This record gives sequence, structure tokens and C-alpha cells, in this order.
Amino acid sequence: MKSKVRNVGEIVVFDLDGKITIGAGDIQLRQLVEDTLAGGKNKIVVNLKDVSHIDSSGIGEMVGCYTTVARRGGKMKLLNLPPKINDILTVTQLITVFDIYDSESDAVSSFTSS
Amino acid sequence: MSSYETIELAEAALNEVCEAAEIHGELRYWAGMALREALANAIKHGNKLNPDKRVHVEIVAQPHVRLRMVVEDEGEGFDPATLGDPRDPENVLRSSGRGVFYIRHFVDEVTFSTAPGGGTRIELLKNLNSNKNLSLRRE
Repeated sequence: MKSKVRNVGEIVVFDLDGKITIGAGDIQLRQLVEDTLAGGKNKIVVNLKDVSHIDSSGIGEMVGCYTTVARRGGKMKLLNLPPKINDILTVTQLITVFDIYDSESDAVSSFTSS
Repeated sequence: MSSYETIELAEAALNEVCEAAEIHGELRYWAGMALREALANAIKHGNKLNPDKRVHVEIVAQPHVRLRMVVEDEGEGFDPATLGDPRDPENVLRSSGRGVFYIRHFVDEVTFSTAPGGGTRIELLKNLNSNKNLSLRRE
């Protein structure tokens, strides 16, 4: 998995590309979140537009990151869900857990409106 | 060899089989995801990441009929009936426990049995002649 980290004001956006799967992307995602929290930021948008695969380990890591960020008083939100990843989140009812956005500006502004 | 790199090798093999059998698009994608999950379970939970243990993979396609994938590990076996439902409210936010549930959604038939050496054998069947394969099945 490739990743790019951007700051949009106080929000941190992860642009992910490739596979979030066991032994690779899942660990990278955890590291990105840990680094962000260590840097004093806890408002995160994960852009999944270019993610081709996510397996149960990747999903588990995403849930783990979500709860870790929440425990630190922040929030992790999802952006640009590809249809297959939408299906994967839907069948395990995680689609109702995450805040999901189709536009980055909506995702970013949601932190100030919530 | 029992490491996560095995998953990429197996998926490459699956892609070759699918190419020869003209299995494309969503069918190939969900079959690949099921194979990845089965292998991840075999390597992590079956062989417990022991590099001296092997996983055995068999992929056979009957064009326009079905795709059959078998994964065997050299672990101690497990009872799939002990798995909880990841959709239950107490499980939704767990960081594990979804792999077998996803496998059951990605393919049409899943059979667990004991491998010859006592490990877990999982057989996955994906029908190739059904419209329901065009998208992920939902209950």
C-alpha cells in the first residue's frame, strides 16, 4: 500500500493506494494513525478512493484505529469508499459505525459542525 | 512456506487459472478475496506463522461451471462452529473475527474438514453460471 499524508487545517488526510491486507497495509495504517496521534492531532480522514482490496485484517485494523482515535478524544472518518469496500463494510454492519463522505470538503467541514 | 507472501503467490496462481478459464470481473475479485482470507487463516491461525509449516493450495476451474479452491494447513485444526457472528452488537467493534464470515459471503459453498495431517482443510466453491455472482451476496 502507498500512502500520502496531508494536513488540511487541523485535519489530517491519509490518501491510501493499493491493498490494506494482512501483514502489509494493515500495519501501515496503524502506524499512520499512531504517528498522527503522537504528533498531537486526532482528527483524521482516510481517503480510500484508490484502495483496491481490503481484507478482514485491514477491516479489523480500521476498526481498531477508529476506536483508538475515539479514545484519544478524536474521530476517524472515511472518504470515497469504492463500491466493493462499501459492500465489505455493509455485510458486517460496519457501514453504520463509520462516518462516510463522498467529498473531501464535506468530510473536513464535518469536524467543525459536529 | 508459511508467510503472508504466500497469499500474493496464490492470488497470482488464481489469476492465471481464471485467465485460462475466462473468469473475469466481480467473480474473480470475490474468489480472490475468499482465497486470501482462507490463506490468511491457514498461515496465522493454523500454522501460527511457523515458517517450517506449509499451506497447500489447489485451484481448479471448470469453465462456465464452477471454481474450486482448497486450502490446507498443518496446524491443529479448529471448529468453525465456535466462531461468533461479527454482526452481533458485542462483536461489531472487535478488531478480529470476520475472516470466515467474509469467506461465506464471497463464495457459494464453504466446507471445513480435517486435513490429512490433522490441520484445517477448507474447500471453497464459486458458481460461474449464476447471476448472483455479479455482486457480493447479501443475506
